[in-house]
Amino acid sequence: MINLLAQPWFIPLVTGVVIIALAPLAVAFTVLLERKVLADMQARLGPMRVGPQGVLQTIADAVKLLTKEDVVPSDSDKWLFRFAPVVSFFTAATCLTVVPFSEAIKVTDVNVGLLIISAMSAVGILGIILGGWSSNSHYSLLGGLRSAAQLVSYEVALGLALMCGVMSAGTLSMTGIVKAQLQRGIWFAFDNYGLMLVPMMIYLISSVAETNRAPFDLPEAESELVAGFHTEYSGFRWGIYMLSEYINMFAVGSVLITLFWGGWLRPFPNVAALAIPLNYGVPLVVFGGTGLGCLYLSRRQPIQGYAIGIAGLGVVFLLVAAIFMIPAVNGPSIPVFWWALKLFTVLYIFIWLRGTFPRYRYDQLMNIGWKVMIPTALAAIFINAIVGMARS
Amino acid sequence: MYLENVNERNFMVTSVDYVFNWARKSSIWPLTFGLACCAIEMIASSASRFDIARYGAEVFRPSPRQSDLMIVAGTVTLKMAPVLKRIYDQMPEPKWVISMGACSSVGGPFNTYATLQGVDKVVPVDVYVYGCPPRPENLFYGLLKLQDKIDQMSLIQRPTEVRLEESMLENFKKQVMVAQIQNPAA
Repeated sequence: MINLLAQPWFIPLVTGVVIIALAPLAVAFTVLLERKVLADMQARLGPMRVGPQGVLQTIADAVKLLTKEDVVPSDSDKWLFRFAPVVSFFTAATCLTVVPFSEAIKVTDVNVGLLIISAMSAVGILGIILGGWSSNSHYSLLGGLRSAAQLVSYEVALGLALMCGVMSAGTLSMTGIVKAQLQRGIWFAFDNYGLMLVPMMIYLISSVAETNRAPFDLPEAESELVAGFHTEYSGFRWGIYMLSEYINMFAVGSVLITLFWGGWLRPFPNVAALAIPLNYGVPLVVFGGTGLGCLYLSRRQPIQGYAIGIAGLGVVFLLVAAIFMIPAVNGPSIPVFWWALKLFTVLYIFIWLRGTFPRYRYDQLMNIGWKVMIPTALAAIFINAIVGMARS
Repeated sequence: MYLENVNERNFMVTSVDYVFNWARKSSIWPLTFGLACCAIEMIASSASRFDIARYGAEVFRPSPRQSDLMIVAGTVTLKMAPVLKRIYDQMPEPKWVISMGACSSVGGPFNTYATLQGVDKVVPVDVYVYGCPPRPENLFYGLLKLQDKIDQMSLIQRPTEVRLEESMLENFKKQVMVAQIQNPAA
C-alpha cells in the first residue's frame, strides 16, 4: 500500500480521475449557484421545488437532457456535428490537468503549463467554429464566425496580461508561479506597488470574453442569432457544450487565481501569525455557517422529506467544518480549500457581471478589444517591466 | 432481467419511469415564443413578482432544439400557423404544448377569416389555460397540471401518446363556445 502511494503516477492518476468525475458535478452546482444568485439579484427566489430549496434542480436538468431526443439535422455534416462538442469538452478538460490544487495535489507540473492552457483554450475555439459550421444553419454559422472573431481578438489581450504575471514569476510553470508568490510574500495582484492590478483586471475582462459569457456572449446572442453556434444542438450534445463552457470558466478562473491571487496560498502568506486564525477560522465560518444556514432552512420546508434532506445536508457541512479543525487533516487539505474558495469567488464575479451588464454591440466589443484592452495591456507590460527591474 | 410482458408496468419500468418523469417534470424549459398580449403575461410570470423559476422552468431557451415546452401565448393567425407548426416539429421529443389564453385555445374574440380557431388544429395541445390574457398564476396552474400529466408518462408508451382525452377536449370547447355566444338564451 505504501509502495503504491509512493509511485510517481499515483497522485496524478487519482487527481485526473477525480477531476473527470467531479468536474461535471461541480458544473451542475455552479449552474445552480448561477440560477440562485441571478434570481437573488432580480428579487426572485430561483429554483425552490426540486429538492429542498431546489438543490436537485440541475441534476434533474442533466437527466432530462440525457433522455431528450438527439436531433442531427439531415443537411448537416454529420461526423463534424457529432465531433465538435467533443473538441470543446476535451480541450476544456485538458486545461485543468496542469492546474495545481495544492503543492502535492495536481495531475502534472509542466514547465510550460501556462502555454498549454493558452494553446488548449485557443484550440477550444475550433469546437465552437466546427459546431457552427457543421450545423448548416445561418444562425449557427454567424454565431461561430462571431465567436472566432471575438476569441481571436481577446486572446491577444489575454496573452499580454499573462505576460506581466510571467515576468514577475520568471517561470511558465503553474506551480512555479505560486512558489514565486510565496517567495515574494505577496499575491502578484498587489505586486509592483499595485501596478499589477491593471493586468489582473485586463485578464478578468478578457476571460469573460474568452468564455463567451455576458456581457460578451455575442456568439449566442439570443435576440439576434437564436442560440448562436449551438442553435441546432439538442439534448446532451448541447449539454456537453454547456459543460465545456463551465469547465472553461473553471480553467480561466484557476489561471487567474494561480497567476494573480496566489493559487493555493492563504491571504498574507508571509505573515506567520495569521496562519492559525485564517487556516482554521475561515473554514469554520464557511462550512459552519453553511451548515447552520441549512439547519435554519430545514425548519421552513413545506414537505417533511425536504426538511430531513436539508437538515442532513446541514449536518454534513458541520461535520466538514469539524474535520477541518483536526490539524492532521487541515494541513494537507487547507490549500485545496483556499484554491476552491478563490475559484468560486471568481465564478461569483462572473455571475455578478452577467446579472449586471447588458450585452455589448458587436462593434463596441471589437472597439473595447482592440482600442482599449490591447493598448492598456501593452502599456502594463512596459511599465511593469520597468518597475519590476528597478525594484530588483 | 427477463420481461414476461413488455407492455406491463413492472417494477423496473415503474422505477425508471419515476426517475425520468421526475427529471422531465422538474425541468420543463419553455421556448421563447410569444405571439400577442399573452406573451406579456408570460414574461411577467418569469419576473420577480411571480417567478416561474421556482418550478425550474425559467430557462427560456431561444432555440426550439433545446426546449421542452411550447407556450403558445397569443392569437395564432393563419399566416403564423405554418411557422408555429414548423417550430413545433423542430423541437426534440418529448415535447409539450400549453395553449395560453382564449385566442390560442379557440380563437378568442377573433372569429375572422385571418385567425386560426384554436391552435390544436395544427399542434397537439396538452394543457389549455383560460383567460384573456391569463394571469401568471393561471399559467402556473397550467404548468402544474402539465407536471401532473408528465408524471403519468411511461416507458411503455411513446411520450406524446399521453394526451388529453378527446371527450375532455370536446367538453372544454363546448364550454368556451357557450361563453362566446352573444345571447345564450336565444
